[in-house]
Amino acid sequence: MTPALRLTDLSKTFDLGKRLIGPPRARVRALQPLTLEVPSGETLGIVGESGCGKSTLARMLVGLLEPSTGRIEIEGAPLDRADPAAFGRRIQYVFQDPISSLNPRKTIRQIMEAPLRHLHGMTRAARAARIAEIFAAVNLRDAFLDRYPHEFSGGQAQRIGIARALAAEARILILDEPVSALDVSVQAQVLNLLADLKTQFGLTYLFISHDLAVVEAVSDRVAVLYFGSVVELGPAERIFARPRHPYTRLLADSAPVVGRRLAAPEGRETELPDPLNPPTGCAFRARCPRASALCATVPALRPDGDGTEVACHHPLDPEQG
Amino acid sequence: MSFLRLLARNRLALAGLVVMACVCLLALVTPLLPLAAPDITDTGNRFRPPFSEGALLGTDHLGRDLLSRLLWGTRLSLAVGLAAAVTAAVLGAAIGIVAGFYGGRTDNLIMRGVDMLMAFPYILLALAIVAALGPGLMNALIAVAAVNIPFFARNIRGVTVGIAHKEFVDAARLSGMSDLRIVLTEILPNVVPVIVIAMSTTVGWMILETAGLSFLGLGSQPPVADLGSMLGEARAALITSPHTSVVPGAMILVIVMAINLLGDGVRDALDPRLKSGALNRPLPATQVARDAPVPAAQGGAALLSIDGLKTEFRVKGRVYRAVGGVDLDVRPGECLGLVGESGSGKSVTALSVMGLVASPPGVITGGSVHFDGQDLIGARYETLRRIRGDRVAYIFQDPQATLHPLYTIGTQLVEAIRAHHAVPRAEARARAVDLLGAVRIPNAAARIDSYPHELSGGMRQRVGIAMALANDPDVIIADEPTTALDVTVQAQILALLDELRRARGLAILFITHDFGVVAQLCDRVAVMYAGRIVETGPTDAILSRPAHPYTARLMACVPAPGGGRRRLATIPGLPPSVDDLPAGCAFAGRCDLVQDTCRRGEITLDPLTADRAVRCPTPLRAGAPAS
Repeated sequence: MTPALRLTDLSKTFDLGKRLIGPPRARVRALQPLTLEVPSGETLGIVGESGCGKSTLARMLVGLLEPSTGRIEIEGAPLDRADPAAFGRRIQYVFQDPISSLNPRKTIRQIMEAPLRHLHGMTRAARAARIAEIFAAVNLRDAFLDRYPHEFSGGQAQRIGIARALAAEARILILDEPVSALDVSVQAQVLNLLADLKTQFGLTYLFISHDLAVVEAVSDRVAVLYFGSVVELGPAERIFARPRHPYTRLLADSAPVVGRRLAAPEGRETELPDPLNPPTGCAFRARCPRASALCATVPALRPDGDGTEVACHHPLDPEQG
Repeated sequence: MSFLRLLARNRLALAGLVVMACVCLLALVTPLLPLAAPDITDTGNRFRPPFSEGALLGTDHLGRDLLSRLLWGTRLSLAVGLAAAVTAAVLGAAIGIVAGFYGGRTDNLIMRGVDMLMAFPYILLALAIVAALGPGLMNALIAVAAVNIPFFARNIRGVTVGIAHKEFVDAARLSGMSDLRIVLTEILPNVVPVIVIAMSTTVGWMILETAGLSFLGLGSQPPVADLGSMLGEARAALITSPHTSVVPGAMILVIVMAINLLGDGVRDALDPRLKSGALNRPLPATQVARDAPVPAAQGGAALLSIDGLKTEFRVKGRVYRAVGGVDLDVRPGECLGLVGESGSGKSVTALSVMGLVASPPGVITGGSVHFDGQDLIGARYETLRRIRGDRVAYIFQDPQATLHPLYTIGTQLVEAIRAHHAVPRAEARARAVDLLGAVRIPNAAARIDSYPHELSGGMRQRVGIAMALANDPDVIIADEPTTALDVTVQAQILALLDELRRARGLAILFITHDFGVVAQLCDRVAVMYAGRIVETGPTDAILSRPAHPYTARLMACVPAPGGGRRRLATIPGLPPSVDDLPAGCAFAGRCDLVQDTCRRGEITLDPLTADRAVRCPTPLRAGAPAS
C-alpha cells in the first residue's frame, strides 16, 4: 500500500541577515535531511523542544515553506508547490493558537466557506450543506456561524480550526501543538474529538507537541527530534517507557510526573547547541552521559528491532527500565 | 454606533466634529447662497472694511466681495485637501501593503525608494514637482499627495508586516486563496482602521500644505480663490487693510484646528490599544473598597496570610468576581501550590497580595493580606512600594515580557537592588554577578552585560528569578514560571527553586495548572475553581486521594505518561462566568455527583481532616483512590 506521506532527504536551511545583493551573512540548518514514511491511517507523534525543527517540518509539509532539498510525496504523488489549491486539498494544518488562526474581521461562516469555495468550487447550497455536516462532526452549533472569532473560548475556537481543516477534505492533517494553548479539561475534549474524527473520516495525523504524555496518548509511533534531526523513532507505548536514545531518556525523565520526586536529570547549565555555530558529530554529544570519541561522527538513524530506529552510537539497553 | 459614542466622550473631538460639519455644510451650499460673484472686480470699492453695506466682510484689493471669496475659497481648499489626502492614502497604503506582504527584496527596494522621497524637505519636493509640472491647482494637488505618500506607505507597511505573519494568513493560503485575494479580504480589512487613523491626523496638514503652495502662487491661479491664494494676494495690504488677511487666515485656523481635534478623537476611538485602556494609566496600587470588617490573620506561624480576599473587576456596569473569598497562608521555607484552570482567579489572587491588580477596573472589596503581621490591603503606597520586590518578590510567566529589551540584564538587576538599598553602583553590580551565579547562569561576569534577546528562554527565566532574589526576599510569588519553557529547562528551573527555598528559607506561593509540577515542588496545594478555593491540604494526600470531585476529575483529564494510547477522561461543559455565578457550588453544573443541596446557599470550606479542607457537601471518601 502507498504510504500517506513519504519524505525523502527533506531539509531546510534558513538564510540569516539577507542583503539586497550578494550572499546572506549566515545560514542555519533548521532541519537535517530527513527520510520518513507515514502509513495511511497512522498517527505519527513528533516531539522535541523549541528550536528542534518541528514547526519548520510542519510548515514545509503544507507548502508554507519551500524545502531546501528533498521531496515530499503525498499518497504516492509528489507535491507541487506551484499550486496552493492542489496542496490544500491533500494536506491540511491545524494551528497552535486557535484564536490568532481565525481572522478577527470575518464571521465563522466566511472562514469556513473559504476552503470550500477556493479548493472545491462548491455552490452556495453545497457549501451550506457541507458546513452543517462538518459542524455536526466537531460538535459545534450552527448558530456559531454568524459570530466573530473573539466571541469564542479557546476550546471552541480550536474546534473551528479543526472544522476548517476538515472542510478541505484533505486526508492528512498536520496538528501543530493543537492543544497546548488549552486548559487540561478542554484539552482532553479536543484530543478525544480528534480521535473520533480520525476513525470517522479515515485520516492520517502528524501530531506535533512538546508534551510527552499527550503525544503518547494519541500516537501510534513517535519521532523524537533534536536539533533538526530525528534521534529516535519508535512505537508510542515503548518509546518513553524504554527509551533507546539518551536524549529521549532525558525528555522522559524531565517531564513532571505525579508521584516522582523532583530531580534535575542533568547538569543545570546545559543548553541547546548554538545553531549559528553547530557542533560537529552527534549534536547531543555535549549533554550526553554516554558520549565517547566515536560520537565525533554523526550517527545515522538505523533500525534497532521491534519497529524502532535510533541515531546513536551507544543506544541504551532496551531491557533497562 | 459605539464608535460615535466613544468619539463623543472626547469633548474636544465632538467640538471639532461640530465645527467641521458646519464648515462642510457651508461649503456644500455655497452655490445656493445669495452671494456676490466672487471673481468680479470692482476697483471703485477696494478695501472696504468689514460690516460695510453689501459686503459683510469687506472687499479685497480688487473690490471683490470677501465673504463670497471666502466661502468659494473654502470649498475649493477643502476639496483639494481631501482629494490629496485620499490620493495619498490609497497610493501609500497600496505601496505599504505590497511591501509588507511580500517582504524580502520587494520590501527592501520599495522602502528604500520611499526613504529617498522622505530625505527631501517636503516643501522643496512639492516645489520641485510643481516646477516640473507647472503651476495650477491640479498640479499642487499632485504635489501634496506625492509628498505625503511616504508617510502612509511606512505606517501601513509596519502594520501589514505584523498581520502578514499571523496564522490566519497562513490558514487562508491553505484554503486555496490567491495572494491578491488574501491581500483584499484578509489583510485590507485589518489595515483599514490604521489608514483611517493616519488620514484623520493628516488631512488638516494637507489642507495647510495646499494653502501654502497657493500662497506662493503655485496653486490656484487668479482669479479663482482658494484660502492660500487669498492670503497671498492680501499680503501686500497686511498693514493697511489687515482684514483681507485675517479673514482667510482665521478660516484656515478654524478648519485645521477642527480637523486635528476630530482626527485625534477618531484615532483614540479606533485604536484598539487605546480602546482597551492603554491610555488609562492604572493606579500605582489596586483600589480598595472594603465594607466588611477586616479579618485578622488566621494562619498562626504563617509569614504571609491571605484571609477572605475578594477582588472584583468592574467593567461597563458588570461585576466580575474574579476572587471570591480566598484564604491561604504560607510559612517560611514552605512551598504552597495554587492550582486552577484559566479564569479560576489564581493569578488575580497573586497580584492582589501586593496591590498589583490594574485599577481601574480591579477593586479589592474584602479580606486582608497579612505579611509579617501587617495588613497590606489598603496600606499606604509608600509601604507597598518598600515591600514590593524587597520582602515579597514576583516571578512571572514570560521573562521576555517582564525584562526591558533596551537595557542589559545587569543594569536591570542593579536597578532592582538600588531601588531598595542605597548601595554604591559597583557593589550592586558585584551582587548582581553573584545572583546570576546563584541561578546557575554560566560565566555570569560576562553574561551580565547581555541584553535579554541574547539569552535563551530558560536563561531569561533564570534572570527573572535572580531579579526576584535580588533583595533576599522572604516570600516569592511565582506565577506559572515554567509554563513557557521546555521540559528539560523546566526541570532545571524547578530544581533551582527548590534548592533556593531550602537554602534560604523562602516561602513560595507557586501558581500553576500542572499537577506534575505541583507534585514535585509543593508541600501543600490549594485548588481553585471560579474564584474560590475548593480543596486544600498536603500535596501527597490530595494528589493520591482527592476529596473534591473537581480535583479528581481535573487530575483524570491529564494524561499520565506510560499509559499508552487511550481515550482521555473529560469534564463536559465550561466553568461558569464569574460575573454570573450560580447559587451554591460553582461546579454543580458539571459534577456527576451533584445533589439538591449543592445548588442551595453557601457551600463552606469545611475541614476534612486535621490538615485538609474541602468545599463540597458530599466529598469523595478520603481514601478512595483517584479515578
